[in-house]
Amino acid sequence: MWVVQVANAIDEASGFDVEDLESCNCNPTILTPESPFFPFRQPSHSFHILRPPEAPQQGGPKMSKLNSSNLELDLDRPNIEDYLATDSIQEPLGKLRLRELLDISPTLTEAVGAIVDDSFTRCFKSNPPEPWNWNVYLFPLWCLGVVVRYGILFPVRVLILTLGWIVFLSSYIPVHLLLKGHDQLRTKLERALVELICSFFVASWTGVVKYHGPRPCARPKQVFVANHTSMIDFIVLEQMTAFAVIMQKHPGWVGLLQSTILESVGCIWFNRSEAKDREIVARKLREHVEGADNNPLLIFPEGTCVNNNYTVMFKKGAFELGSTVCPIAIKYNKIFVDAFWNSRKQSFTTHLLQLMTSWAVVCDVWYLEPQNMKPGETPIEFAERVRNIISVRAGLKMVPWDGYLKYSRPSPKHRERKQQSFAESVLRRLEDR
Amino acid sequence: MGNTSSMLTQYDIEEVQEHCNNTFSQQEIVSLYQRFCQLDRNSGGFISADEFLSVPEFAVNPLSQRLFRMVDGLNFKEFVAFLSAFSSRATLQHKVEFIFKVYDSDGNGKVAFSDLLDVLRDLTGQFISEQQRELVLTHVLEEAGYKKDSLLVLSDFMKILGNTGLKMEVEVPVD
Repeated sequence: MWVVQVANAIDEASGFDVEDLESCNCNPTILTPESPFFPFRQPSHSFHILRPPEAPQQGGPKMSKLNSSNLELDLDRPNIEDYLATDSIQEPLGKLRLRELLDISPTLTEAVGAIVDDSFTRCFKSNPPEPWNWNVYLFPLWCLGVVVRYGILFPVRVLILTLGWIVFLSSYIPVHLLLKGHDQLRTKLERALVELICSFFVASWTGVVKYHGPRPCARPKQVFVANHTSMIDFIVLEQMTAFAVIMQKHPGWVGLLQSTILESVGCIWFNRSEAKDREIVARKLREHVEGADNNPLLIFPEGTCVNNNYTVMFKKGAFELGSTVCPIAIKYNKIFVDAFWNSRKQSFTTHLLQLMTSWAVVCDVWYLEPQNMKPGETPIEFAERVRNIISVRAGLKMVPWDGYLKYSRPSPKHRERKQQSFAESVLRRLEDR
Repeated sequence: MGNTSSMLTQYDIEEVQEHCNNTFSQQEIVSLYQRFCQLDRNSGGFISADEFLSVPEFAVNPLSQRLFRMVDGLNFKEFVAFLSAFSSRATLQHKVEFIFKVYDSDGNGKVAFSDLLDVLRDLTGQFISEQQRELVLTHVLEEAGYKKDSLLVLSDFMKILGNTGLKMEVEVPVD
């Protein structure tokens, strides 16, 4: 059942088109058993799946009908067939009977299966913390903990943060205004100051961040990519190296910070809802990467916050710049606090407050080996390969969905593809009589 | 199992279980409740169209509109009863009845040629012409011994689909 859903999902993902953004695709290795993705969930009846409507889809002739941008789709097909029960992929032979037309059970099963559980919603589920204070002695302990966290830790942290801001602003503003002529020095100082304020931020949540691997260095023609769980990912990484990041422009005080301080590190803005934005952003990215003294560029290719148990498909924008891609994997320890920012449920301020009233934010950051696009690899395959590297390192499961589906509906192309294959199989069998 | 299970008492679970004729185990009902609450984001007590369509796998299904019409506005008890046709414990009769209901959109107990045509249109979209669809349907109907203007009832469906080994099961994930 899940394999069929996976097959469908791969199918869906390969043709995704959200607004003007181009489709992403899956690397065929997703479907091999060794990958962290497969099997996604053990079905109770393993691979003996219900006759999927995909059965006609597995046939050869229809491949030519798909347009060439789905060439990667062809690579997926052999793998799926290896894992499906053979009887389910044989196209029903012989005359078309009433019973086969009437039997819509595979399509229904898929739809209801999606109602009952689907891999996309799982990516954005924030698990509420399990209460452990149900006991006579645990409850007072927990109360004590609450008192300590809200009454002692929180004010101390607010104090630290305020102190940090005072130090930062009192150094940043003079540097910014007075050193206008001396750009080199100014940039260096601003970089150091941004790193400083980020350290203050991290201290304000009692962040315990363990960095593994060689620290990023500023070299031209390189881009850093990381998985995305919350906006604090940026702060955690910025503490160590002053990255220039590409971010969605936010409203409110975050937007103010973005337009003032982050400008100085060379950040690039995009707007998810602008259709033409993509080309502008692609151009800006390329310009930035080519500039020798720009800060190293950090991109979150998922495009949205995911709950740190899964990774959604990477957008290929970061992978077609012709530069080296350095993957960074971030994994938060959920025992202390769930750092996933569920932007649908909480504002960033609430999220920060939640972090500041928890015990600690514990996470691991791995700087992984820089990757180059292999000869003959498409940007999409490259993106998926890097996603695989990051997911394996951070222990995340890969799902074949585009993160932007959080904000919009899937394009009707996918439904049409299903309809097309079913229609073709009906017509073909009609001719067979 | 998270704090949502505490909102369902044992009485609630048993009531729901009875309503769906014991096709789901109590654990499955709790899981379904968690799922229901997860989908019903605005806590309206039922899942709206928007909330259903936010599940991409559901939205791309050709029959999603028909299914949605059947499940729109259902509260949790009815939602479980709706899903019960897909349980491994459901009888073949139950499953065929479900398929019948999908076809019989006006609920009058009879499936006409136009109903069959509607579902086939949903499944094939613009990739077959209307005439071809009618041709296909007329042909298979006649071959099975029905006429174009026959009205199919549930017993006809049972006869046609009854011995095909209908596989229509969905696994409810239980934590």
